[in-house]
Amino acid sequence: MANILAVDDSASMRQMVTFTLQGAGHKVTVADDGKQALDIAQRQSFDLVITDVNMPVMDGLTLTRQLRQLASFKFTPILVLTTEAGPEKKQEGRAAGATGWLIKPFNPEQLLATVKKVLG
Amino acid sequence: MSIDVSQFHSVFFEESFEGLDIMESGLLSMSQGETDDDTVNGIFRAAHSIKGGAGTFGFNNISEFTHGLETLLDQIRNGQREASHDVIETLLSAVDTLREMLTAVQDGSDIDTEKAEQVSNALEQILHGSAAESATTEEELPPAAESIEVETADSGVQPETQTQAQTWLIKFKPLPHLLQTGNEPIRMFHELAELGDLSVEVNEEELPPFTDLDPESCYLSWELTLSGDVDEAAINEVFEWVDGDCELSIERLEQYEADDEQAITTAEPEPETEQADIDEPVVPDSSLMEAETAEAPNVTEEVPDAIEAPTTTEVPTATEAPAATSTEVTPPTQAKTEAAPKKKAVTPDASIRVGTDKVDSLVNLVGELVITQSMLGQIGDNFDVSMLPQLIDGLEQLERNTRELQESIMRIRMLPISFVFNRFPRLVHDMTSKLGKQVELVLTGEQTELDKTVMEKIGDPLVHLVRNSLDHGLETPEKRLAANKPETGMLKLNAYHQGGNIVIEISDDGAGLNEEKILRKAIEKGLVDPNESLSPDKIHELIFLPGFSTADQVSDLSGRGVGMDVVRKNINSLGGVVEVKSSPGIGSTFTIRLPLTLAIMDGQIIQVANQRYIIPLISIIESVEVDLSKVNKVTGKGELYKIRDEYVPLIRLTKVFNLEGGIDNLEDGLLVIVDCEDYKVGLFVDELLAQQQVVIKSLETNFRKVKGVAGATILGDGTVALILDIPGLMTMHKEPTLVKKISTARVA
Repeated sequence: MANILAVDDSASMRQMVTFTLQGAGHKVTVADDGKQALDIAQRQSFDLVITDVNMPVMDGLTLTRQLRQLASFKFTPILVLTTEAGPEKKQEGRAAGATGWLIKPFNPEQLLATVKKVLG
Repeated sequence: MSIDVSQFHSVFFEESFEGLDIMESGLLSMSQGETDDDTVNGIFRAAHSIKGGAGTFGFNNISEFTHGLETLLDQIRNGQREASHDVIETLLSAVDTLREMLTAVQDGSDIDTEKAEQVSNALEQILHGSAAESATTEEELPPAAESIEVETADSGVQPETQTQAQTWLIKFKPLPHLLQTGNEPIRMFHELAELGDLSVEVNEEELPPFTDLDPESCYLSWELTLSGDVDEAAINEVFEWVDGDCELSIERLEQYEADDEQAITTAEPEPETEQADIDEPVVPDSSLMEAETAEAPNVTEEVPDAIEAPTTTEVPTATEAPAATSTEVTPPTQAKTEAAPKKKAVTPDASIRVGTDKVDSLVNLVGELVITQSMLGQIGDNFDVSMLPQLIDGLEQLERNTRELQESIMRIRMLPISFVFNRFPRLVHDMTSKLGKQVELVLTGEQTELDKTVMEKIGDPLVHLVRNSLDHGLETPEKRLAANKPETGMLKLNAYHQGGNIVIEISDDGAGLNEEKILRKAIEKGLVDPNESLSPDKIHELIFLPGFSTADQVSDLSGRGVGMDVVRKNINSLGGVVEVKSSPGIGSTFTIRLPLTLAIMDGQIIQVANQRYIIPLISIIESVEVDLSKVNKVTGKGELYKIRDEYVPLIRLTKVFNLEGGIDNLEDGLLVIVDCEDYKVGLFVDELLAQQQVVIKSLETNFRKVKGVAGATILGDGTVALILDIPGLMTMHKEPTLVKKISTARVA
């Protein structure tokens, strides 16, 4: 199954995302913030990145922009998790290079459906 | 598949409470005018995470409550609103309410909705109060707006009423950079194919000659025909993520009525042949792309089956799946949140968060221990005397490993004292506003580490001391000005390590202890003889006596009848001491000295007769050789020893423990001066042996409580040594008859 990088500063969200994705057979690597994720991404490639937006150290949009600079992440789907559903927020995400978004709060089933939508 | 999200609750609570602490301390520093972006962002992020988590884990009332809070914080963050005193006070009370709500949910008890509503209204009032930012506020405010978007289901509910079989023509022309957003046309087509009958026609007109082709760009465009029980919203949803990265037109074709299916099949053969010709290098993962697109038309005839398959195999289609999942899933989660409070919440096991570096170092040490063990094993396999040096080496290594391992393990239980210190900014903030005083709190040494158990028990005594300083020590601004001091008082909390102890100081630049008042009170209460003349230090010590309280009326703030004696008792029970230094008009300092851990302490081994005992090193002041001229015998009270200008009771351990064969002549032994609560005591011993760290074993759990003995430990040679309890010894010394009785009983 897919190799997924999940980035969130909230431990409970990390746990929930990890548990859900692992339950669906995916391999999940977690990071606490954008900086950590970027460090991991520089050593390893992934099939999908799921990142929170509002995080300390480095936020999800900056992470997305930085990832797009890496050759191995040029075409990798990046999903942003956002509580802000307004159109400008979505536009911001897309401008940063995100593939799509998932609006919080979401339940595990919604997460899996969206992941499936991205991974096909 | 349904996942029970309640398993993530304990982590959610833990991080939420942490978030609340961050918010609180951030707000407090803002109230002192330190409004930097990091602080505000930190506060906002904490609220934001709590809201998100609460929504995800089904605590809707908390999520809703946090919404207003978050909106307000967002405005402050964006500079749309000033963080005035009132705003910060409201935010602080919202933090309190949120903490109560979370605690209630965690314990499974009812939320105080009335209070939540009050605070919620106060937030709303601030949000709506000023017209200036109403534009943004209104847009963001109704929580409903968000939850509608969240429930993708809503869009999926309607089609049932609207849709019959209809056909859509979708023209989709990606901009060249589309692939670089991670979106894949082929995936979208798959999604569409799950909605209905799909036929795909590719247009490669813009495909440049091979040499000019940029493999990272998209040159193709498509015309798709989708027919079936599909409404426009569902199609839009498929293209939602690429809106703006493509030219897209979706139009509804004339109803084909019954023969629409036929129309598609007839329309299709042509594109099929064309599409098979698509050049490979069109798109990066061209092989996949080509194969799939080429297949698509072929599939069309089978699509009717394909549509059914996904729905039955639970593969969520864009419209149906969210609808299905949300109707299936939402009710259970709601039911769960309703049911949860009734269920008695299981209190989570106490846990410690340990830095990975600490765990890593443990793993490392255990690795080394294993190496040492195998090395020693090898030596043991065929040992001969020539290998003695190696054996000694190995044992030394083992000793080193063990010591390091022990230190590492102890470090795991160590937490920075900031855990306790962090509650003080709020306490000081609240108290000073009630008392009408101005106080600046300075925290230093917050990173000083302390055993978790000690930490838990030191909190209350510290709170008491801080309240005391605020209430009695620091003066009102008027008094301060009159005394030529700055209006704002200073309260300092400091912690540092000293030897094997942690020292915590609480100092203020207030009026200092009122010696006259203390003395008068003590005489009134009969604690001191009116004719006695006491040194200032002795007078200061009086405040630690039981039943002593100088507050003219018991105030709400510095405790009800709980006096400094309790503080001292609590600290003593942790093996620590507390003392006070005060100068009139300049301020007072309370100093607490605590062992770093309760499980291990530094001990001084002493020899008395044929027994070895351990005196906690922390209580030893000094050891002296006895000068017989300074010994005074007092009838009925035993012996006193004059050391400098003080008389200390001299306790012969041989007598207290009824030992025979010890040194009798005072000049041949040593006198160990130890701290005993408020006094000094001299313990007469035969000799001082080594100092070592001892692991304290409780005597009570293994035997029973023994007077004068705090516990036991096992020495290096395997023998057991008792750890002396100095206050206990003192009482035994004062009641020699009792000791006699015990010892005669033992003999009998």
